[in-house]
Amino acid sequence: MPKDIDAKESGIGAATKRREDIRFLTGTGNYTDDINVNGQAYVAFLRSDVAHGRITSIDTAAASAMPGVLRVFTGADFEGVGGLPCGWQVTDRHGQVMQEPGHPVLAQGKVRHVGDPIAAVVAETAEQARDAAEAIDLEIEELPAVIDMKAALQDGAPKVHDDLTSNLCYDWGFVEENKDAVAKAFDAAAHVTTLELVNNRLVANPMEPRVAVGDFNRATGESTLYTTSQNPHVIRLLMGAFVLGIPEHKLRVVAPDVGGGFGSKIFHYAEEAFCTFAAKALNRAVKWTSTRSEAFMSDAHGRDHVTKIELALDGDNNFTALRTETYANMGAYLSTFAPSVPTWLHGTLMAGNYRTPLIYVNVKAVFTNTVPVDAYRGAGRPEATFQLERVIDKAARELGVDPIALRRQNFITEFPYATPVAVEYDTGDYVATMDKLEEIADLAGFAARRAESEKAGKLRGLGVNCYIEACGIAPSNLVGQLGARAGLYESATVRVNATGGIVVMTGSHSHGQGHETSFPQVIAEMIGIPEHMVEIEHGDTANTPMGMGTYGSRSLAVGGSAMVKATEKIIAKAKKIAAHLMEASDADIELKDGKFSVAGTDKSVAWGDVTLAAYVPHNYPLEEIEPGLEETAFYDPSNFTYPAGAYACEVEVDPETGKVTIERFAAADDFGNIVNPMIVDGQVHGGIGQGIGQALLEGCVYDENGQLLSASFMDYAMPRADDLPFYQVDHSCQTPCTHNPLGVKGCGEAGAIGSPPAVVNAVVDALRSGGKDVMHIDMPLTPARVWAAMQG
Amino acid sequence: MYEFEFARPATVADAVQALTAEEAQALGGGQTLIPTLKQRLASPSVLVSLSGIAEIKGICQTDEGLLAIGGGTTHAEVAEGAGAYPALAALAGQIGDPAVRNRGTIGGSLANNDPAACYPAAALASNAVIVTHAREIAADDYFQGMFTTALEEGEIITEVRFAVPEAANYQKFLQPASRFAMVGVFVAKYFDGVRVAVTGASEEGVFRWREAEAALSANFSPDAIAGLSVAQEGMIGDIHGTKAYRAHLVGVMTKRAVSAAR
Repeated sequence: MPKDIDAKESGIGAATKRREDIRFLTGTGNYTDDINVNGQAYVAFLRSDVAHGRITSIDTAAASAMPGVLRVFTGADFEGVGGLPCGWQVTDRHGQVMQEPGHPVLAQGKVRHVGDPIAAVVAETAEQARDAAEAIDLEIEELPAVIDMKAALQDGAPKVHDDLTSNLCYDWGFVEENKDAVAKAFDAAAHVTTLELVNNRLVANPMEPRVAVGDFNRATGESTLYTTSQNPHVIRLLMGAFVLGIPEHKLRVVAPDVGGGFGSKIFHYAEEAFCTFAAKALNRAVKWTSTRSEAFMSDAHGRDHVTKIELALDGDNNFTALRTETYANMGAYLSTFAPSVPTWLHGTLMAGNYRTPLIYVNVKAVFTNTVPVDAYRGAGRPEATFQLERVIDKAARELGVDPIALRRQNFITEFPYATPVAVEYDTGDYVATMDKLEEIADLAGFAARRAESEKAGKLRGLGVNCYIEACGIAPSNLVGQLGARAGLYESATVRVNATGGIVVMTGSHSHGQGHETSFPQVIAEMIGIPEHMVEIEHGDTANTPMGMGTYGSRSLAVGGSAMVKATEKIIAKAKKIAAHLMEASDADIELKDGKFSVAGTDKSVAWGDVTLAAYVPHNYPLEEIEPGLEETAFYDPSNFTYPAGAYACEVEVDPETGKVTIERFAAADDFGNIVNPMIVDGQVHGGIGQGIGQALLEGCVYDENGQLLSASFMDYAMPRADDLPFYQVDHSCQTPCTHNPLGVKGCGEAGAIGSPPAVVNAVVDALRSGGKDVMHIDMPLTPARVWAAMQG
Repeated sequence: MYEFEFARPATVADAVQALTAEEAQALGGGQTLIPTLKQRLASPSVLVSLSGIAEIKGICQTDEGLLAIGGGTTHAEVAEGAGAYPALAALAGQIGDPAVRNRGTIGGSLANNDPAACYPAAALASNAVIVTHAREIAADDYFQGMFTTALEEGEIITEVRFAVPEAANYQKFLQPASRFAMVGVFVAKYFDGVRVAVTGASEEGVFRWREAEAALSANFSPDAIAGLSVAQEGMIGDIHGTKAYRAHLVGVMTKRAVSAAR
């Protein structure tokens, strides 16, 4: 057991075991593919096998005549239907809005990446649909593809979208007004460190592939979509309003148990719109279950930035300015939140944990003939952290100073702190997390461990870095100014039943985060009742208030706050009822351990007495308050939250093969207040696993023609248990968030953000200890790449 | 998966008969074939499962002192039961994961001759005898390039016979994604010389590194091959490693196999 799990047995701070795991681990979950609607048909998509081409003919006659086929759909069936919308509009450094191409449900005239859906066959069985999809007679005139971002921006490069002026989506500068001042600071610098690096393209690969089941009720005219989504209300709004023209009251979206998302299930996908559309057209439910092969070429990918970063320091090694130039791959179309990732979720974090007074970030977002790229665990913040923490490490090596000392010297130490990149950190204590890290990672013992490794013929390296992230997205009015086409509040309805049990209907969505366990802990704490009296419902637009879903480590900070607000309303009303029952004044009523008592007396009524009175109002102040006990609250945060921490990684490198093994990994995080320390540990463990995956293993690779070379688990390396060490994880450094009621910050992405630079810093350190003049290796640090770097 | 007929004969003779059907395909443990079928990359008319044939399962010692392993014996069974040839048992115990080892068979692996499979290295380094229902084939004659063997259409591997060497070892460097061998080297020291077989590295599939064999036959120590290297030409180069890297790994893995040989 982690040492920070204390003896508290219930409520906030207790390490309550995840109640949802019983059904997940015993095969009794209800995932989208478990949902089968009477009379459902199945769809198979015909997808492009070329990266770029013009559809010259498409003949569906033979396919339509195949056994079991109900109908073959092509792009022509979707003329007049909306395209998939983009949820964020970025304005570039010249005041122009981004170039925003159309994104048809099925290809119209052109295909733009391998996997682009061209046609869809609906048939009685999945196999019949697949057979018929193969029988579609398709001719494509292949066009030259653009894969490399810099080549895509050259004059005369093939255009992904003929109706755009170029492949440049936007050229964003932040803060544009700082550009000249930053340049001057670089001119005056005593030392400048420059690093060019790649943040590798990743495939999210949640354990559960995407699934969609569209249904239509002819009697009511209501459409239903069951889908693997992190945010069913957002899908309802985007698909209903922008694609299919169905008003919300005629469209229900259900995201039941979802087996991991990591961002890739935030977005609205063509297959969801297709199944909903086809169900109505055919008056039959239509089901699609992605194969893993389809997932590789149709789920949004992550990362894929190419960056040059420069750090300016004065003669005392204080950071004086930072400048970056990033090319960010958008892929062939704009996925739902793609434009926000390299801009507002990335540029605003470039200050990191440091007092760098002047920062300028330039991002060129580029269309290429590849799968669309969008948010993936951390979304922009890992990219910011990686480049910043790598360039600081390189600066320390160039200057011959200790990388930890250089970081400490430049830490922000006073809060609130307004960065030069437009955000204000409310709280933090970076010295404390670094102190804690040095302790739990036993940095003092590193030299001895290195000596041991060297005796065994291995090179040992230590990598340390910090991170900060912005979670709890977000103040709606702020993100509206930044181009978001959505509000980013969260909602909760707290329904108290007559016998005292509670159902919370939350707009947050759990797909691995453990909300069904941790949310009841909060209510149990507030009312003083057992956790098992509280159930969480989520994922169904028919019975939950309008919510924005789960991503960006926002659920507890935003959704939890909405739940607290609604529960506060419940308690206020319940106190009135209790006061009436005890013939006392509301102001004198205290709630403790599930009991209402009158201050200074021995009079009390139980929680259940009050809830029963609310629904059986025989003795009830009906002239003052309504019967029933149910309240809804919406919470819109006033700021982001800013979790931060310090990570340390120790690696061994086999100098003969280049193989890297992670020997130790320590994480000291400040997440503010903690509701369930065991779930927090698990979130950090998983995040670090994904970060190590990015650093050592995962790489999505296209060839120059746009063929996906890493299109299966045979070539795309996922981290496995034996790739990972036991972690030392600590979150005892807590500076609570000052602007949400729970004082929580969010922990879902930290591990994935903080760990890649620690790994790369450690490998570089190991190689240098072996006399190799290596300053950087691009991720993933495969044995082949590390070996090649050692050859010079 | 396309539709196919399914046959599960109980004898080799019935299996041979079933495989005479047009577009018939033998099915061993299915660790390659089933994924291939699922991806619709093969469309046999009939799948002839060999899993019900008791006579091609099991491990025994022949009268000549050879270790004989039935073609339908799973990797897990070899890992458990081939203690007479520890390097071979260890190799079998490192193939894939437990699910793969409980289904995959030695006959299936050798018949498929995947260029990154482990068994071909053991068979070639041991100059094993590949016994089919029709004949016996020496390993030196059996492997004919990537996914290509001396097997005729419909020919079933019933047994594989190994002469147990004085010392042997298999060193596998994993391809990070598939965990097949990026380079696997099996070194076997016999009374009349050393054989070195390399899998995973070459575009031609498993091969013998004869230069190393000569050096090691003269002096069975890692130092004997210190200056030797295989040519990059003909090595596999892909997203996991260049030709040069694989050529380098052949040397490293051979050295380690010699050091670890018991």
